[in-house]
Amino acid sequence: MATRTRSEHPPVRRGDRIFSATALGAGILILLILAGVAIFLLVQGVPGITAGRGSLSGRDSFWAYVGPFAFGTVYASIIALVVAVPIAVGIALFISHYAPRRVALALGYIVDLLAAVPSVVFGVWGITVLSPALVPIMQWLEDNAGFLPFFEGPTLTSGRNMFTAGLVLAVMILPIITAICREVFLQTPRLHEEAALALGATRWEMIRMTVFPYGRSGIVSASMLGLGRALGETLAVALVLSGSAIYTFNTLAAENSGTIAANIALQFPEASGTAVNVLIATGLILFVITFAVNYTARKIVDRRSEFSGAN
Amino acid sequence: MAKSIDVSDLNIYYGDFLAVEGVTIPIAAKSVTAFIGPSGCGKSSFLRSLNRMHEVIPGARVEGKIIIDGNDLYGAGTDPVAVRREIGMVFQRPNPFPTMSIYENVIAGMRLNAKRMKKSEADDAVEKSLRSANLWAEVEDRLRRPGSSLSGGQQQRLCIARAIAVEPQVLLMDEPCSALDPISTSAIEDLIHDLQHDYTIVIVTHNMQQAARVSETTAFFNLSAVGEPGRLVEYGSTTKIFSNPDNESTEAYISGRFG
Ligand SMILES: Nc1ncnc2c1ncn2[C@@H]1O[C@H](COP(=O)(O)OP(=O)(O)OP(=O)(O)O)[C@@H](O)[C@H]1O
Ligand SMILES: [Mg+2]
Repeated sequence: MATRTRSEHPPVRRGDRIFSATALGAGILILLILAGVAIFLLVQGVPGITAGRGSLSGRDSFWAYVGPFAFGTVYASIIALVVAVPIAVGIALFISHYAPRRVALALGYIVDLLAAVPSVVFGVWGITVLSPALVPIMQWLEDNAGFLPFFEGPTLTSGRNMFTAGLVLAVMILPIITAICREVFLQTPRLHEEAALALGATRWEMIRMTVFPYGRSGIVSASMLGLGRALGETLAVALVLSGSAIYTFNTLAAENSGTIAANIALQFPEASGTAVNVLIATGLILFVITFAVNYTARKIVDRRSEFSGAN
Repeated sequence: MAKSIDVSDLNIYYGDFLAVEGVTIPIAAKSVTAFIGPSGCGKSSFLRSLNRMHEVIPGARVEGKIIIDGNDLYGAGTDPVAVRREIGMVFQRPNPFPTMSIYENVIAGMRLNAKRMKKSEADDAVEKSLRSANLWAEVEDRLRRPGSSLSGGQQQRLCIARAIAVEPQVLLMDEPCSALDPISTSAIEDLIHDLQHDYTIVIVTHNMQQAARVSETTAFFNLSAVGEPGRLVEYGSTTKIFSNPDNESTEAYISGRFG
């Protein structure tokens, strides 16, 4: 009718309704799955947190048990991140802003391909190729940078230590970080790049003025995705590292902090009774760590969202 | 300070597509030259070739010669980065850096030249540039807000402030007023009047009155058909082009009897 007033509901299009229903459904499903996992971890894990010495490999409390593994997890992941992020950003930048089109295309495919390599392959490669190859480098670091707690040594002759584990993790998370950074860098509006160039910026200055600030939140998100993968990585670390329940910053010696994920993978087959609950409880801790990392990343990204260029 | 520009036989390509053909025109120092012509005739392309911004588009290139104060702009020894520091540009669409504050936007160019700047120097430059661009009063109390928080017209004036903050010798302006209200437009025109004592200014405009008001020389570009390259039809003193042009199509375009 022609006399419809504005206060009446506007007609809802069918496509809109289907889309919003699907989006809502997917959102609820994700929340349900997440809640399910959390409940499982809580129900199965709480008995582990209160478990006695018997199921804790001789430790006094659950916290004393999980502490070194939590430390090792975070430590290995940070090593991986510190190594991987600068390299990933460099490669991504080369692909997006320096390489000729053909080279960029080929490199892009290679990076995507690397992202699809299963982690067990990385683990085996870490044992057979990387660790022996790294030994001379470790030795050099021990001799020349031994005053740093990370390189105290003595270098393990097999090379299967935290140093190698961190680098294997770095290689594993490199492709995903590179791929995302490349996408983000390519999104920099042409108009803003030209604004910088017209002011007389060199290519590198243009990148610092527009590409990096514009891609900042993308770089953080990509790093967090990489960190998430590194934190939860089981196989590669379990294969390379024989971790023990100690705290140490030394990456070269035979004694290294284990990681939660690798510890679960190594202990689970033999565990029974409350020991299973203990392992699940360590999983709960890993869950909390990962969640905290993602939350912090969100906060970092949001803090300067006004300047993100999205508005 | 100001520089004269001598263009001879310039062809502008996008890949294989010849967008502008055979432009020959002298542009006097310390003068305002207006480019007019229908959409798509290559005014922006030509303007961008004057500070080597054309070549940043993949596949884009030029043929011919541009001499700026005796130096070959496209000569082997000419560094495009150095060229762009001396030949400033305001784009057709406002493009302040969204990740920078208003303040940082204005001194972005100066930062490139001098990494270390005294705070007071920077403050002065920001105020002076923003006043010239008629934006100071509106942003005075929110200089730390993002550049993208401004209205479109304000953003364009911010870009003008950014371009003049480095005191370039030549200022290229691509329809700087197309997003502005009459008050800001007149402020920008005043600014152009002030600047021409020291700078060489080239302005692209679709506004005939504006061309008549601000420029001493006017150049009319046209293209014979879609897909054909644009050409410079004629140029001359603005009074002559607007009162008694040599070419019929110029008169038709100016009087609005186009096509
Ligand atoms: N990046 C580009 N790639 C390919 N062709 C382009 C590009 N930019 C412009 N062109 C073409 O070059 C010709 C001239 O374009 P230009 O932008 O210089 O016109 P203009 O005179 O500035 O038009 P307007 O008044 O609408 O701004 C047009 O045919 C256009 O399609
Ligand atoms: Mg144009």
